[in-house]
Amino acid sequence: MNPFSSSTRLRDMIRSIRACKTAAEERGVVRKECADIRASINENDPHDRHRNLAKLMFIHMLGYPTHFGQMECLKLIASPGFPEKRIGYLGLMLLLDERQEVLMLVTNSLKQYPLLFLVTLHRFLFSHGLCLDSCSMLVVKDRTFAFGIHCYGLALCALGNICSAEMARDLAPEVERLIQFRDPNIRKKAALCSTRIVRKVPDLAENFINAASSLLKEKHHGVLITGVQLCYELCTINDEALEFFRKKCTEGLIKTLRDITNSAYQPEYDVAGITDPFLHIRLLKVLRVLGHGDANASDLMTDILAQVATKTESNKNAGNAILYECVETIMAIEDTSSLRVLAINILGRFLSNRDNNIRYVALNMLMKAIAFDDQAVQRHRVTILECVKDPDASIRKRALELVSLLVNENNVKQLTKELIDYLEISDEDFKEDLSAKICSIVEKFSPEKIWYIDQMLKVLSEAGKFVKDDVWHALIVVISNASELHGYTVRALYKAVLTYSEQETLVRVAIWCIGEYGDLLVNNVGMLGIEDPITVTECDAVDVVEDAITRHNSDMTTKAMALVALLKLSSRFPSISERIKDVILKQKGSLLLEMQQRAIEFNSIVERHKNIRSSLVERMPVLDEATFNVRRAGSLPASVSTMAKPSVSIPNGVSAAPLVDLLDLGSDDILAAPSSSSGADFLQDLLSVDLGSSSAQSGATPAPKAGTDLLLDILSIGTPSPAQNSTSAIDLLSTADMNNNSSTALDTLSSSAPPHIATTASAGGMFDLLDGLSPSPSKEATNGPAYPPIVAYESSSLKIDFTFSKPTGNPQTTNVEATFINLSPNTFTDFVFQAAVPKFLQLHLDPASSNTLPASGGNITQNLRVANSQHGKKSLVMRMRIGYKVNGKDVLEEGQINNFPPGL
Amino acid sequence: MGIRFILMVNKQGQTRLAQYYEWLTLEERRALEGEIVRKCLARNDQQCSFVEHRNYKIVYRRYASLFFMVGVDDDENELAILEFIHLLVETMDKHFGNVCELDIMFHLEKAHFMLEEMVMNGCIVETSKANILSPIQLMDKAH
Repeated sequence: MNPFSSSTRLRDMIRSIRACKTAAEERGVVRKECADIRASINENDPHDRHRNLAKLMFIHMLGYPTHFGQMECLKLIASPGFPEKRIGYLGLMLLLDERQEVLMLVTNSLKQYPLLFLVTLHRFLFSHGLCLDSCSMLVVKDRTFAFGIHCYGLALCALGNICSAEMARDLAPEVERLIQFRDPNIRKKAALCSTRIVRKVPDLAENFINAASSLLKEKHHGVLITGVQLCYELCTINDEALEFFRKKCTEGLIKTLRDITNSAYQPEYDVAGITDPFLHIRLLKVLRVLGHGDANASDLMTDILAQVATKTESNKNAGNAILYECVETIMAIEDTSSLRVLAINILGRFLSNRDNNIRYVALNMLMKAIAFDDQAVQRHRVTILECVKDPDASIRKRALELVSLLVNENNVKQLTKELIDYLEISDEDFKEDLSAKICSIVEKFSPEKIWYIDQMLKVLSEAGKFVKDDVWHALIVVISNASELHGYTVRALYKAVLTYSEQETLVRVAIWCIGEYGDLLVNNVGMLGIEDPITVTECDAVDVVEDAITRHNSDMTTKAMALVALLKLSSRFPSISERIKDVILKQKGSLLLEMQQRAIEFNSIVERHKNIRSSLVERMPVLDEATFNVRRAGSLPASVSTMAKPSVSIPNGVSAAPLVDLLDLGSDDILAAPSSSSGADFLQDLLSVDLGSSSAQSGATPAPKAGTDLLLDILSIGTPSPAQNSTSAIDLLSTADMNNNSSTALDTLSSSAPPHIATTASAGGMFDLLDGLSPSPSKEATNGPAYPPIVAYESSSLKIDFTFSKPTGNPQTTNVEATFINLSPNTFTDFVFQAAVPKFLQLHLDPASSNTLPASGGNITQNLRVANSQHGKKSLVMRMRIGYKVNGKDVLEEGQINNFPPGL
Repeated sequence: MGIRFILMVNKQGQTRLAQYYEWLTLEERRALEGEIVRKCLARNDQQCSFVEHRNYKIVYRRYASLFFMVGVDDDENELAILEFIHLLVETMDKHFGNVCELDIMFHLEKAHFMLEEMVMNGCIVETSKANILSPIQLMDKAH
């Protein structure tokens, strides 16, 4: 050591670092030390190198950059003294990695110096006629040679830890030769070095097969364990090697395992009465590879595996480690059922062990066991369920994984119940994992919809804030599809949300359902036998939504959904629409531009457009499960964010966006905002729908194809439902129309407007149109001239009656109540009535009272409004089309109605 | 390949020895060590010695104020690693005589030498304490 060196000693540096109270202080000390080391490196004093590198290793361990010391490692390796070489190699392994260029230099020095050593060593040994048995002998005889051998070991060790593919190629022949070297310390390191080489360059595997098989006959444990490791490595990367070892070495390996199992006490390798458990485990591992997929090899090892499985002491960790490995091998090799029973029994014992480590590995292994013996694992179900509730997070996690594998159709209800019960009391940080697992189990194995909805509701209530977006989206899709459960679900959600209002996703689902099915909530429609009747007033329902929208920690999606729900409720609950309007209007002050704008638009709809409101906020069409599942599968890899994405196919359930888009049209115009191009297109499409339908041919058939697509896009509905689209399209226009007969713009449109006029007129014209709506014209006639009802249509299965009335003061408009009567003995479902009228007429269809016609005389009604611009000159005429399903088969009926009473 | 890294960490969460058998950048190492230490140190004695973190399984064992943590692949025998940690501690005890945190701090290179004799490229090389220690003793004698 250079006494004049300014740098501190290693010990002093460590002391001063230890004395640091804060991280900043430590950084300061390290910075100063690093500066000193750099200076010392620049002085290039060989005496300081050792110490500098030792310091750098410490600094590196603390996590500071030390790249400037890399070359010092090489200089130390190249120096003659053993301690210098020693630390040089260590520094090399710690500070360098295979990606760094310095390593190219290392390749060369590794090649040169050890080779020199080898050559001198061999010469010396031969000249003295010495036999090199072990390293220890050498130590006694001559220290220099021992150092020489260790140097070799160091080089191999460094090579084995850090060599790159190029180095591996270059040095493979040397390493292969060294596997045959006399000294076992070199052999074992050469063997492990080879595992790295073959992993880096699998082509080289063949070269090592022979060398590896020679190692398997070794007695020295270190050499044997590394030889077995090399053999294992070769088997996994090279099929030829696998075949070779299977044929030539299986019996030898089994014998080795037997010898070591039965060996007498060896103090050097003894762990808790077992000789070298590490070697045991390595051997069992390699047998696993050899036995897997080969019945002969598996047969050969049956006896020894049975012996290990039965004779190994299981009261110490070392013994259990061997048993654990043995079980894994038994399960991997070809079927020997008696052994498997043994293995499962061991796992059962492990599972009931009080040591958590043992229970953990048991759970781990049972996951593998489930693949071949589900029944045996099912027997432990109760114990495994207990493990899900363990205070130890690692065990809980394993157990939960295992439980989700155990679930099948038969036990899903019981297991889900247990898990949900536990969800209530589990740690907060476990709820996320647990609820995700429960959801996936419930989704996968749900026997019926009502059960699914119930369970999901429970999960959302307990852990709603942890539930991922796609899960509650899926729930909404299911609810939407379960029409008979709408009432039940909305009531259940209402009850749940009162108690668990802090669970964001529960609130969202509840809001969506209240918006959609609010009328079912207050009227107790569709009560199931299992329900307790509840009394919910319209105000109560709105309270829930208002609560969600005003809550400060509700996020944007929730608020947007609440806003849409309010709009929907304003139509469902006309009696309190004033109050709803007030709530909507409060959002005018929202900080979010989107919310602001929608609040104003919705307010305008509630306030001024009562007559179109009901059709604007009709119930969502049934969401298509298949489409949703496809999209969900496609979007799963992307992380699900809390913000709504339009790509998810639940329209206004996900966010207000889709519905808002739909409404956008009207509201933009009302506000006379610059009409966006899409708005204009949309409008044009709407118009073209109407124009198309004027052929008196179709409400929704070929003509409005483009419109349908666009509408579909806007609605983001998976399945086309033409009737719906054309209806709403017609709705919009005809309503406007009938109220604005005097409007010139409308005249142009309704008489002969070609599409391009419609486009140009769109923004302004539509604005006018809708503006004219504000004085509500929807007072129904109570007493007008009476018109006789007619039978509009009659077939063998269906009869349609029309009754007529006229609103006062508006002779051009006729209200038609259509009654559809099912004459057949079968129930009609998905019943859709479509109608088309000539250009001089405008038609508005209200939603039908139901879309299901009960069998034999069951009936539903639907209101139509027809405005006749040629009133007094021409009489009404209508074409219609009726679509429905009987026993799942589509039926289509068409007809023309010419027998309207005169004077309409 | 089995063992991915070996850490020795004191009760305060400061790393006292770190040996990686796969390349990670300095930042990744610091982050990984921080995460693991937080997870392991929060656990109590009754809980099992295995923690799953990222794609590693951490097998850890506490000896007085020092935690020995070994990151392994998923298919490694956890119980064997536990046994290996014990062997490592016994070997250090044999050399240092009841090893403590300070021994490792002030003789970092020796601790590494022992580790180097025991593990290479993530695999166990030698399990005999005498064989592990012989090169170190040789070097001590030379001084």
